[in-house]
Amino acid sequence: MSTQTDVLAVAANDANAADAPTTASGSGRNFGKQKMSKSLNNRETSLASRLIVTIVLGCFAIYFLVPIWWLFVAASKPMGEQFSAPGFWFNGMHLGNNVAELLTSRDGIFMRWILNSVLYAGIGAIVGTLLASMAGYALAKYSFRGREVVFGVVLAAVLIPKILFTLPLYLMFSEVGLINNPLAVILPSIVSPFGVYLSRVFAAQSVPDEVIEAARIDGVSEVGIFFRIGMRMMTPALVTIFLFNFVEIWNNYLLPAMVINDSSLQPVTVGLVSWFASNGKVPMSLVVIGALVSVIPLLLLFLFLQRFWKAGLTAGAIK
Amino acid sequence: MLKRDGLGLSAPTMVFDPFTNYLKAFSDPVFIESLGRVLLFGVVQVPVMLGLATALALLIDSHSARAKGFFRLTSFLPYAVPGVIAALMWSFLYSGSSSPINALLEPLGVAIPFLSEEMVLWSVANIVTWGWTGYNMIIIYSALQSIPGEILEAAKIDGASAWKIAWNIKIPMVRPALILTTVFSIIGTAQLYNEPKVLQSVSGGSIDSAFTPIMAAQAATAAQNYPYAAATSVILAVLVGILSITFFKITNRGSDS
Repeated sequence: MSTQTDVLAVAANDANAADAPTTASGSGRNFGKQKMSKSLNNRETSLASRLIVTIVLGCFAIYFLVPIWWLFVAASKPMGEQFSAPGFWFNGMHLGNNVAELLTSRDGIFMRWILNSVLYAGIGAIVGTLLASMAGYALAKYSFRGREVVFGVVLAAVLIPKILFTLPLYLMFSEVGLINNPLAVILPSIVSPFGVYLSRVFAAQSVPDEVIEAARIDGVSEVGIFFRIGMRMMTPALVTIFLFNFVEIWNNYLLPAMVINDSSLQPVTVGLVSWFASNGKVPMSLVVIGALVSVIPLLLLFLFLQRFWKAGLTAGAIK
Repeated sequence: MLKRDGLGLSAPTMVFDPFTNYLKAFSDPVFIESLGRVLLFGVVQVPVMLGLATALALLIDSHSARAKGFFRLTSFLPYAVPGVIAALMWSFLYSGSSSPINALLEPLGVAIPFLSEEMVLWSVANIVTWGWTGYNMIIIYSALQSIPGEILEAAKIDGASAWKIAWNIKIPMVRPALILTTVFSIIGTAQLYNEPKVLQSVSGGSIDSAFTPIMAAQAATAAQNYPYAAATSVILAVLVGILSITFFKITNRGSDS
């Protein structure tokens, strides 16, 4: 426990009250607390059970980390030796040079792809979150005719595999001339039925009617109540919806692959797969380095926002 | 329905005929095979993944667990890796000539033919399991966190073992989360496309262009046979709907008794 680094202690230190004893024991500096929770743990768990649990969890962690570890190691090997032995260990540290090579090769198209992904996922997720939260808030806080019907339709939309909409979207976009237009990627991605569902559940839980009433008496308009009060109280849900939208758009492959043919407009997923499938025209080493670089923005986003999205996930899972 | 003349000399003509494409789909052995393959995939992969996710959530939730934040984060990391990128990564780990996994197994005299015809479906299943176990675990874990402490205390005072508490109290109480993750996983299975599509180019033919229904529909789209692609998509959507609703019904009946 005391070997835990501060980073891990911070990672463990989230809003979950049930974690409090272990979090306290995770921070090595706090001796008083550590002693207290140690005696508590000794009473509740034996050394053997702790050992077994840690070993099993360790096996899981290895399974999850090994591919990412391999990617990191391979991307840091000398250019062109990405697949040479040792498979899971370093052969010099050339990551900086390799990334520079990746960013400059083929007229710097890779950077372009990353920027496209950031743009598509960023705009799509922000607009999508705004729309979903407005819809969810309205469904939770206003009673109007057909409310349950609307909500039923939203739930049904959650259940239909999104990928099935790709073909009709492609046909529609080619009819109205939106092929090779970024809008063809962004427009479908701002619709998030699960986001509407999540923000309805969350608005019902976390925005009290009394607060809305009080604001009305103070003369705040309905729009003002939503933007100045409702949205603040729904922050964890908003971050979750934003994050899930962002990940979904960033990870999307089939739709952008169909509607964007111009390689300078493609997102990074489509671009990298086209390199991968180029039959050796692009060296596989570049694909490996590109794969590593393309994962980093999402990892950073997750680490950065993790204390928000966890609270939001809880709201989605329990009805 | 798209009609072509026998020699393909004149342009295909479109004829409105709502049922022929459905009949064709149901009598198309390639499409039926792809449906069967994905069904087999789902029947094995979904329980394995959710079993792992539940076990992981229970372990991290247990009093014996240390470094919970670290384990939660590591299991969730794969979710941040886009499906096609994960498939790229695993394809390098699988590839016959340079697989570092097989290089590691070499001293034992074992080599896993990850991309062989018999194995490739389970190699794809492994990529999906790797990517989504942590995501499902977080949902189940969040549900575990919301079980009132008094219930668990009471069970402990009554002398229930940790196993008993997990099996008889915790799992039944996270039922809504398990149902939610199962339905999402069924939908996810129906959408199987990215992973097999990426592996296709290195599979040496063990993944054909109609490996999954979505891939088959995509191949029909690429051949400009939109009506047939649409018919297969509708069939898939209806099947997913029936499966999800059946699953809801079965699990709800269980909770009444």
